[in-house]
Amino acid sequence: MFSFILRRILLMIPTLIAISVVTFIVIQLPPGDFLTALTAERAQQNETLDSSLVLALRERYGLDQPWYTQYWLWISGILFRGDFGQSFEWNLPVSSLIWDRLGLTLIVSVTTLVFVWLVSFPVGIYSAVRQHSPGDMIATFLAFLGLAIPNFLMALVLMYFASRFFGQSVGGLFSPEYANAGWSLGRVWDLITHLWLPVLVLGSSGAAALIRIMRANLLDELHKPYVEIARARGVSEARLIFKYPVRVALNPFISTVGWVLPALISGEVITAIVLSLPTAGPLLLNALFSQDMYLAGGLILLLSVLTLVGTLLSDILLAVFDPRIRYT
Amino acid sequence: MQSIPMHADFSQTARPAHDPLVEIEGLKVRFFTDDGVVEALEDVSLTVPRGKTLCIVGESGSGKSITGRALLNQVPSPGKVVGGSIRYFREPDAAPVEITTLDPRGRDMRAIRGGEIGLISQEPMAALSPVHTIGNQMREAIQLHLKLGRKAADAHAVEMLAKVGIPRPAERLDRYSFEFSGGMRQRICIALALACSPRLLIADEPTTALDVTTQANIIDLLLDLQSELGVSVMFITHDLGVVAEIADEIAVMYLGRIVEQGDSVSIFKDPKHPYTRALLRSIPTFASTRGGRLETIRGMVPSPFARPTGCTFNPRCEEAIAGVCNRVVPWPVNVGPGRTVRCHLHADRAEIDRALESQS
Repeated sequence: MFSFILRRILLMIPTLIAISVVTFIVIQLPPGDFLTALTAERAQQNETLDSSLVLALRERYGLDQPWYTQYWLWISGILFRGDFGQSFEWNLPVSSLIWDRLGLTLIVSVTTLVFVWLVSFPVGIYSAVRQHSPGDMIATFLAFLGLAIPNFLMALVLMYFASRFFGQSVGGLFSPEYANAGWSLGRVWDLITHLWLPVLVLGSSGAAALIRIMRANLLDELHKPYVEIARARGVSEARLIFKYPVRVALNPFISTVGWVLPALISGEVITAIVLSLPTAGPLLLNALFSQDMYLAGGLILLLSVLTLVGTLLSDILLAVFDPRIRYT
Repeated sequence: MQSIPMHADFSQTARPAHDPLVEIEGLKVRFFTDDGVVEALEDVSLTVPRGKTLCIVGESGSGKSITGRALLNQVPSPGKVVGGSIRYFREPDAAPVEITTLDPRGRDMRAIRGGEIGLISQEPMAALSPVHTIGNQMREAIQLHLKLGRKAADAHAVEMLAKVGIPRPAERLDRYSFEFSGGMRQRICIALALACSPRLLIADEPTTALDVTTQANIIDLLLDLQSELGVSVMFITHDLGVVAEIADEIAVMYLGRIVEQGDSVSIFKDPKHPYTRALLRSIPTFASTRGGRLETIRGMVPSPFARPTGCTFNPRCEEAIAGVCNRVVPWPVNVGPGRTVRCHLHADRAEIDRALESQS
């Protein structure tokens, strides 16, 4: 087990290097750089940027160097000085921009994950054990509804109801008075009261999918001989179901730990924008638009690290829960 | 279907040993599927003699496994016991327990399962949990039925594993089922089923999934354990070679009915039902291989949704009497001490005529 974990951690190093290189290249792929984007933007506003200034800036940021030199400057800064570079657009160090965002992203995604589990685990089990019962029909109907409704639409509808009937300030994760305040108990509580909406919106399709997966997996297991034999040795029904088939059907739950973060970042940007969540997704999207390469690169790199850690965690959990994985 | 004349009283005649462990009478099991109702068991009556081996023989779909499951009150859904009785005589002279009326999930039924009736199945590869150790499952079984602490339960588990021939049993407790071969897994399943010294072991085709040498080992093991522990065995199989080796009593099933039953020696010596005879003829032997073809039973087992009228075997029977066998369901006929057969060839002609008359 220990060597398994060590091996996995060592494997993460080349994976991370590959991700950082690919990220950097991809960010550089669109023609031009931040300065051409800036010039174009200014030109749209009928302003001109002094070409000598552009040249000076280009030299200062090393944008005239070949990509591998730029990459080395970037990655060595991160590795040796913890310096993620400067955001062109915000004119701030990247690190001052992303930690808060990443922290909130983590809070939102972990809460969403917990919500998804809490809903789909019991509902999925009920749905399978009482297959074709009215409760199963309702759960199945709601699950398909959850899968079919686009998140942004659900976000809009829920925002409408929250603001219309509950008078809540919707959008974002904080009320205006706490938005830029420092952390305090009041701010934490404010976050909690705002969190339910994005969690509900972001978690609905995930919960729906997991209900279906749990149901299908459990239905496969419920009639396996080992369940019947366990029943034939006198194990009570509730204990039987939780100890054997549910345990075996649990794997997809554990695997989702690793996916939750990338899914939330890449797939839910629209929702995050609709709900104006101060998470990493919208920030990343903006950075990519304006070719703010250090900001985009820093975000992608950190999200990759988190994703790799998530995957590692889920693999370790899988190995703990399933001896068939541990021994092969 | 017309009513069956009570010519031979089944429960009386089919009880050669006067000490039954289980008496099944008129058991009916139906499966209520989306495609229709399947009569999985129709008027099944048999006796499991205490301390002996009853073999239930039949092709797939004959209802032999369902009979075993019904004994555990564990007929898989959408199956339901719709009639008949299963009397379980815990002690020879005590009042029997009526299994069909027990709540399948209730405490009494669960105490019988595993504690008094053990089950081993035909799929040793799938009969053990893939994510629990052998020791975990054995401890569970032992602690459910015997009042033992964890250590004592483990010791008992080791003892059982040793009894079924698992080498170095103490080390194996922490192993998982996938670390064992098929034969070893079946041994573990046997140890599990016998761990709480049940009075009856239901062995549902325990050797079907194993290769021939392993089969022989498992059969020998079961025979040894039976004489050592004095457990009664209900052995479900389609393999007549195995039956010849272990059976005291035989019940031959075809499409949910017992067509012939009696003691093993006389059935092998003098089979009465055409189906039993055909089964015996289709056993490959060394003498018949040279130049000859293996005899088979013509036709196929009919679909459970399209049972032939009359005797369900009549379309495949070489000796079917036209106008009789395809019209009247045969009733059990007494053909010797403890032997019955459901076949018009052995029935009283006058009685058949009466049945035909009442039908038209």
